[in-house]
Amino acid sequence: MSSLLSIKNMSVNFDTPRGSLEAVRGVDIEIPAGMSVGVVGESGSGKTVMCRAAMGLLQGSTVNRTGTVIFDGHELTAMSKEQVRELFGSGMAMIFQDPLTALNPVRRIGVQLSEGLRVRLGMSKSDAMARSKELLELVRIPNAAAVLKSFPYQLSGGMRQRVMIAIAISCNPKLLFADEPTTALDVTVQAQILQLLRELREDLKMSMVLVTHDLGVVAGNTDYVAVMYAGEVVEYAPTKKLFADMRMPYTEALLNSIPRVDHKSGTRLTVIAGRLPDPTNRPVGCSFAPRCKYAQDKCTTDHPELKTDPDGHIYRCWFPIGESL
Amino acid sequence: MAGSGTAHMRNTVDSVLTVRDLTVEFRISKNKIVKAVSGLSFDVVKGETLAIVGESGCGKTTMARAILQLPPPNSGEVIFDGTDLTQLPKENLRSARTSMQMIFQDPISSLNPRLTVHQLIDEPLEIWDRGTRVERDERINKLLFSVGLEPDLVLNRRSYEFSGGQCQRISIARALALDPRMLICDEPVSALDVSIQAQILNLLLFMKETHGLTMLFISHDLAVVKAISTRVMVMYLGKICEVAPPDVLYTKPAHHYTRALLNSVPIPDPTKQIRTELLQGEPPSPMNPPSGCRFRTRCVGASALCAEQEPQLREISPGQFVACHHPIV
Repeated sequence: MSSLLSIKNMSVNFDTPRGSLEAVRGVDIEIPAGMSVGVVGESGSGKTVMCRAAMGLLQGSTVNRTGTVIFDGHELTAMSKEQVRELFGSGMAMIFQDPLTALNPVRRIGVQLSEGLRVRLGMSKSDAMARSKELLELVRIPNAAAVLKSFPYQLSGGMRQRVMIAIAISCNPKLLFADEPTTALDVTVQAQILQLLRELREDLKMSMVLVTHDLGVVAGNTDYVAVMYAGEVVEYAPTKKLFADMRMPYTEALLNSIPRVDHKSGTRLTVIAGRLPDPTNRPVGCSFAPRCKYAQDKCTTDHPELKTDPDGHIYRCWFPIGESL
Repeated sequence: MAGSGTAHMRNTVDSVLTVRDLTVEFRISKNKIVKAVSGLSFDVVKGETLAIVGESGCGKTTMARAILQLPPPNSGEVIFDGTDLTQLPKENLRSARTSMQMIFQDPISSLNPRLTVHQLIDEPLEIWDRGTRVERDERINKLLFSVGLEPDLVLNRRSYEFSGGQCQRISIARALALDPRMLICDEPVSALDVSIQAQILNLLLFMKETHGLTMLFISHDLAVVKAISTRVMVMYLGKICEVAPPDVLYTKPAHHYTRALLNSVPIPDPTKQIRTELLQGEPPSPMNPPSGCRFRTRCVGASALCAEQEPQLREISPGQFVACHHPIV
C-alpha cells in the first residue's frame, strides 16, 4: 500500500528556560492513501506538536525539528516555507480544536471561506462566493446564504466547526489533519460532526489524521491507530486489531480508565496512577514504567525499541501483554 | 418531551433536598426573556447521587446555582433539611450553605490564585471559627491527605503551580472542610484528561462513602454519569425528560431524547458501533421554546398532540418516569 504521508524519525525539541523540552521523540508514522489514522494519547503526549511539525507549522528560533516528512512525493523537510505553503489547502489542510479562536472574529464567514478558493484555485470573487455557499451546504449548514454574511460569534460551536471543515475541504485536500475536532463540543453535536467527516472522507477520497484523547472516537472513525505517550509512538496497528489484541500496557490502562455506557452502573474505574513524566526530564528506561503495573527492573533501566509482530502490529514494550515472561 | 409533573417525587422523610416548581428566567432586554429553568421539581434522598444530564444550555448549571440561591430562583421552593432556602434571611442562608458545598467545572479558575493551598482550605474553617489554630491545621492536613495530596509538599503553593487534576483535588478538600451533608458537583471532570478523570471520579465515590454525602452530579457525559450515579435525570431546555435508575435508563430508555443521547456516545470498541437515529440540528432558543413538548422539533416520534399539550411525567416501569406522549416501549 502506498503512503500518502510518511514521517521518519521525527523529533521536535523546544528550547525552554528549564532546558530542552523533547515534545516529540523519534516518531515514525505512515499514513496510507485513502485511510484514516487516529492518534491517541493524554494531554501533553505530543499529538498536536507531531501534527503541526509534520505540516511545518511550528516555527521560531526555539523550535528544533529533525527527521524527514514526505508528503505525496514531496520531501517537506527539504523544502522552503513558501514551497510548503503551496501545498496547504489543495494538498493538506487542518481543522483545529477550538473553532472560535481558529476563525478570524472580525471577518464574515463568506470572506474567510472564499479566501482559499480565490488564492489557491484562482476563482473570481463571485464564483468563490457561490462555491462557498455550496460548501456550507455540503457540510449541512441550514440557511447557508445567511451564514455567509455572519460573523463567527453569531454561530454555535457546532456550526463554527462545520465552517472550519468547509474551509479545510474547500480546495479538495488529499490529507486532512483533524486536531481534536470534537473535544469542545456536546456529545450529540460530536456525533453529527464525526458522521459528517466520515461521509466527506468517502465522497472526496480524502485521507485523515484524527487526533483525539478519546479511544471511543477512534474506534468508530479510523482504520489505523497510533498511541502516543511522552512524545513517542508506543503502539501502532489496524484499529480492529488494536482493540482486539492490545500489546502495550499503556493502551490497556487507557482503555480501562474510560467510563463506558455499555458497562454496569457503579463499576469502579481502573485508574492509571500518577501522571506523564516531566518532558524536560524523561525517565531513562521506558517512559511509562513508573505508572505501569507490569513494570520489571529492566523497564526502568533500558529504553525499549519499537518491535514489530509478523502481522505488522508495532509496539514499544519489553514485556508486552499476551507474552509469557 | 421535556415536560412537567411531580409523579417522580418520593416525598419521604429521608429527603435531603426537595425542589418544587423551580423557575429561573433572565431578562436580557425589554421583551426578551431567557427561560433557563421552567417549573422543575425533584427530590434527592439521603445517600443518593442524583445525576443531571443534558446538552449545553439545557439549564443544568443554572438549576444548581438556583438551589444555592446564587442567584435565587424567580419562583419555586428549595427545601434543604426541612427549611425553604428561598424564604431564609441572608444571614441564615449563609449558615445553611455550610452544609451544602459546590465543586465547579474549571478547577484552576475556581481557586483564588493569590492564596496558598493552606489559606484556601483554612478560609471556611476560619470564617466559621472551627477550632483553634492547631486543630484547624490538623484538619487541613487530614483533608489534603484524604484527597491524595502530600500536605508538606502542597500547603505553601498556589493554584497555578498545580495541574487540573490536582486543583480539583484541592477543590474537593475545600468543599469537605466544613463537613457538608450535600455536595453539588458541576461538571467536575469534563475539563480533565481521561486518566485523571478516572482518578477524580473514584475519589468522589470514596469521599461519598466515607463522609456519608448526598450528591448532585451534573454532567453532559452519560458514560461518566453511569459510573457514579444512583438515579439519573435527563433535562432538555429547562424541563425534565426522564428520571430513572441508571441501569434501567441505559438499557431501556423510554424518552426519544434519552435514546438519542445514548446513541451519540462513542463506544471504545470497533465491533460495537451503534449509530442509529442520530439527533439532527441543535436545541431551539430558550427565549422562544416550542409549545407543548419542548423536544418535539427534533423528535422522531412527534405527533400533533406533542405541539398542543405538554406531556406530564408518569411512571412507566418501577422507578422509571418519563414525560412523553409516545414513549419508546
